[in-house]
Amino acid sequence: MTTPSQTVGPFFALGLPWNDGPYAVPEDAPGAFWLRGVVLDGAGEPVPDALVETWQADPAGRFDHPDDPRGAVASPGFRGFARCPTDAEGRWAIRTVRPGRVPGPDGTLQAPHIDVSVLARGLLDRLVTRIYFPDEAANAGDPVLSLVDPIRRPTLVAKESDDGLVFDITLQGEHETVFFAF
Amino acid sequence: MAEWITPVPYRSHAEHEQPPLAVPAYGSTRLRSPRQPLVLLPQGLTEITGPLLGAGRVGALDHDLTRQHEGEPQGERIEVFGRVLDGDGRPVRDTLVEVWQTNAAGRYRHAGDRHPAPLDPNFTGAGRAMTDGQGRYRFVTVKPGAYPWRNHHNAWRPAHIHFSLFGRAFTQRLVTQMYFPNDPLFDQDPIFNSVRDPAARQRLVAAFDLDATTPEWSLAYRFDIVLRGRDATPMEDA
Repeated sequence: MTTPSQTVGPFFALGLPWNDGPYAVPEDAPGAFWLRGVVLDGAGEPVPDALVETWQADPAGRFDHPDDPRGAVASPGFRGFARCPTDAEGRWAIRTVRPGRVPGPDGTLQAPHIDVSVLARGLLDRLVTRIYFPDEAANAGDPVLSLVDPIRRPTLVAKESDDGLVFDITLQGEHETVFFAF
Repeated sequence: MAEWITPVPYRSHAEHEQPPLAVPAYGSTRLRSPRQPLVLLPQGLTEITGPLLGAGRVGALDHDLTRQHEGEPQGERIEVFGRVLDGDGRPVRDTLVEVWQTNAAGRYRHAGDRHPAPLDPNFTGAGRAMTDGQGRYRFVTVKPGAYPWRNHHNAWRPAHIHFSLFGRAFTQRLVTQMYFPNDPLFDQDPIFNSVRDPAARQRLVAAFDLDATTPEWSLAYRFDIVLRGRDATPMEDA
């Protein structure tokens, strides 16, 4: 009995972007880097009217949230959430830090990851994906990555860049990003 | 130390309650909807938590789209109000609600909107509000207009207000559109009709509420929004 989703449409820039939207952490937070990418459609063309949102744990793997059974932990300056509209070339960027490991099922620890929502004209519901980190040994045992066809797993792992990491999102086609339902 | 507890997940949507991603009648889905099946993600702590935003983000007049400029906007003044609930009927309190819409003539204040209808110097069309302790929110605005788009021959979007909600968890995030009752444009709109279940589709339509109107001042529409609910909280071992 939930309210259905509808597309964010082409004109969300009127209401959704915030001046501080791209900052999951302050510019000068220790360990902060830029996480950048482009959103591409099934023809390989950039999507200039998408909104990318991210949510993640703090560097210690904690959340400032009462539903975390370990207790809420506020980390000064850390919001953990960022949103960025794509530009005319389909590019987005957020400022963040590497999250710590978060418990998974049965006493396991998940590899560091960032949850992502992608909204756009032509998407009747948001798409959800996850960003994992390159050169992270824990990826091999991650309980979520292990659910994904090994051939497609690389679409969930960011790549190193000059000022941080790159994570491109392909909505459709040969290199289609893995998207999740829950 | 307590044992790690697998978090109580949020329930899945009922069948046909949400629109499919690929809807041929809505042309923009053609190159933007994934072709691979979605992978089922077991909900963990990252999914059952989420940003609890709002404090300091909403100004005193952000809920009133008619008072953001020197003069009053043209159009039919309306109040849009309702409650944000979860699927178990519990209020979602202190959560950020963001809205955006056209002006009364059906034009967005956005460089990409080429509809030859007038802009209104007294109307931007964006608002924000926080729900209160009972999950209630309220906006004052003008009724948005219908507008043409190029999806199919002589396509018109029914008048609508875009809504964005966070709820308490990443899993509950919702972006949707609120429509007005008995709009004659419903039948030809592929976005509205992308929701297959007629009862679910009807949950996108606000209710005119005569009792909530302000005499000599404004009409009123009630729009309750239901986010996903959670399964019952299991007992924790002492």
